[in-house]
Amino acid sequence: MKLRYFAWVRERIGHAEEDVDVPGDVSSVADLIAWLASRDEGYAAAFAEPDVIRAAIDHEHVDHSTPIAAAGEIAFFPPMTGG
Amino acid sequence: MTGLEPTIRVQTEPFDIEAEIARLSAGRADVGAVVTFTGLCRDEGGTLAALELEHYPGMAEAEIGLIAGEACRRWPLQGLTVIHRFGRLEPGAQIVLVVTASAHREAAFDAASFLMDFLKTRAPFWKKEHRVDGTSGDWVEAKEADDEAVGRWRR
Repeated sequence: MKLRYFAWVRERIGHAEEDVDVPGDVSSVADLIAWLASRDEGYAAAFAEPDVIRAAIDHEHVDHSTPIAAAGEIAFFPPMTGG
Repeated sequence: MTGLEPTIRVQTEPFDIEAEIARLSAGRADVGAVVTFTGLCRDEGGTLAALELEHYPGMAEAEIGLIAGEACRRWPLQGLTVIHRFGRLEPGAQIVLVVTASAHREAAFDAASFLMDFLKTRAPFWKKEHRVDGTSGDWVEAKEADDEAVGRWRR
């Protein structure tokens, strides 16, 4: 699946998007965050406070309990500050 | 529910407020009220050189569309335009425009306020500060007051 990162999540990870193959036991957004945080220091820094992180699946806001099996694109970002 | 199709644009260019008002009201006699809200870049007491606005292309338009659709269901609007800029914006620059048109002022005011409250907390935009002293500042933090502002529209 395709992952996209924005704002300081993107900066801490070091890139804006990537395609990943996730392990079979990673089934929810929360699982995916925990798995990503274990990859390296940048990911660990980006996801150090999981509760702060917002997620979207295929351009729609989702909460962390949402299953990811049907997702095409998953995005992670900080709380929004537009307007 | 109206058949109104809101206009939504996410762009780098500035917008022409007069032209956007005219687009919703020119040549028609049923519009009694047009409200515009314009968000501008502050200089934060002279310390801010620019804001860098990042957005999530595709989702930004979609999310503004959802919020605009909800506004059209809640108020009898005759026209609705939302324009949000992205990229590097210097103090004084326009950031966002909301225009609402209705027969009466209450719907136009309330819908514009509703749109701004939800845009700030739901539309995928993020602001990074660039300082006058040349340093890259912090990402602007979301404000609790903005979340509270959204709460007042729950029903």
